[in-house]
Amino acid sequence: MKHQILGKSLKAAFVGLILLLMYAPILLLAIYSFNSVNNIGGWGEFSLVHYEKLFNDPVILNMIGNTVVLALLSALLSTILGTAGALGMYYCKKRVKTAMTVANQIPVINAEIVTALALTITFVSVGIGRSYFTLLIGHMVMCTPFVVLSVIPKLKQMDNSLYEAALDLGASPFKALMKVVLPQIIPGVISGFMLAITLSLDDYIVTVYTRPSGFETISTYVYNATTKGNKHTAATLSSFWALTTIIFVLIVLFVLGSNLLGRKNKEVQK
Amino acid sequence: MKFRFSRKTLGIPYAVFLLFFVIIPMLVILFYAFTTTETDASGAEHFSFALSNFGKFFSDPTKLSTIVYSLVIALVTTVICLLIAYPVAYILAMSKLKKKFVILMLFVLPMWINFVLRVNALREIFNLLSLSPAFEWLQSANYFKTIFGMVFDFLPFMILPLYTTIMKIDKSLYEASSDLGGNALTTFTRVTLPLSMPGIMSGVTMVFLPSMTNYVVSDMLGNAKVTIIGKFIYDYFCNDWHMGSMVALILLIVVFLSTLLTGGFGSEENVRGANL
Repeated sequence: MKHQILGKSLKAAFVGLILLLMYAPILLLAIYSFNSVNNIGGWGEFSLVHYEKLFNDPVILNMIGNTVVLALLSALLSTILGTAGALGMYYCKKRVKTAMTVANQIPVINAEIVTALALTITFVSVGIGRSYFTLLIGHMVMCTPFVVLSVIPKLKQMDNSLYEAALDLGASPFKALMKVVLPQIIPGVISGFMLAITLSLDDYIVTVYTRPSGFETISTYVYNATTKGNKHTAATLSSFWALTTIIFVLIVLFVLGSNLLGRKNKEVQK
Repeated sequence: MKFRFSRKTLGIPYAVFLLFFVIIPMLVILFYAFTTTETDASGAEHFSFALSNFGKFFSDPTKLSTIVYSLVIALVTTVICLLIAYPVAYILAMSKLKKKFVILMLFVLPMWINFVLRVNALREIFNLLSLSPAFEWLQSANYFKTIFGMVFDFLPFMILPLYTTIMKIDKSLYEASSDLGGNALTTFTRVTLPLSMPGIMSGVTMVFLPSMTNYVVSDMLGNAKVTIIGKFIYDYFCNDWHMGSMVALILLIVVFLSTLLTGGFGSEENVRGANL
């Protein structure tokens, strides 16, 4: 009995320690984001000066806007292309299906840097300069395969005779697809969309290769500010503390919110 | 002819997309890796077939030593990730807590913060620690900081597939093992470990590859002293596409072989926790 309690608390301590290590840097930044000092290590008084700087710096606001718009746009396009692609693939002849499945796996397993390099060299070789279009294609190459991978399992779970029943009852193929198939696979479509957003928001490498000159996202801007910190002062760096804290809080709220919603839905279903 | 809608036609746009933006770029890499550009007397550039890219790269001792360092960094990162992630995944999967899903969420949650910002947070904490005399050695411990940063960043990629596979193991197998006289250790080594191999494999590939190629971590934490294979490709991208493609091709072959070995082309294990 004593052994079990000891074992249990050891396990809890181990998991707790790893969690603490993972969260310590973020929590430290969160604490310092409400402090007036510009360098971690000093200690001033409570202040919102970093948040003020963040919301008054047009360059930083611009790169945040770029990141969000790019993520939403590429996730939306990837979800449409990937959902249609998954449907087409699933009902194709075996040989075509296999070929597309393998091609779909290439960006998933490949190192991001190889995908980015190959795509950019191809574009420039055929005379397409780097622009917002190439950036968008780059993000879609990265995201769409994951949308396909989250829709396919839902298609496998679906009862195929439903679609045929809809056709027999006089629905056009398009209508049957929209009214019968789509509602069945929508959870996969949504999780694909969410995954596409997170992949795009997080990306550094594909963006750096395919972006037009002068275009900055959070990733590229923070990377440049911290590694080539010549023109960036401590003030810019400290506004990242505020940015990290805001993103962290938004994510926690989102997770809590979706959990609560999920619980409510379950209760309603009961 | 009247266009008739069918489900198959929906796949055409994606098939075209895959052909132009996935298949053809891979062929372009192949082409560049095996050619060099020559400028003739009139100033026009033309390509010629050559294997010299490989020779040039592999006869350069500094390049080779960087590759070895990069492989060692990736290997150490992967092993540490596995040593931390396996117990965590195992404890969580075996736990009878009702709320264990919440704890798993806590491990996944940092993944949604932009990873450059996360690495930046770690950079700040290292700076803070190195102010105190006890941690002064951190200032020049570039390899330590790089590996720590990679573990910090890629740990969730290891925990998730491990947790999923350990959860899938049929609980009655444990009972069977103990009924047949196996103690806890035998049960672990003969039942749990072999059955969680697919999770280990997919976790290892998801950590090993980025830790060879994701140069953001090594640049931000390693004071520009740590070079990994990914940085090579970027440097070549700026001046020599043939060499860059050659390095990319080598990475491509490594990935392809490891995928064939682990049978990853058909599996849906590596969806990065999409269906969580």
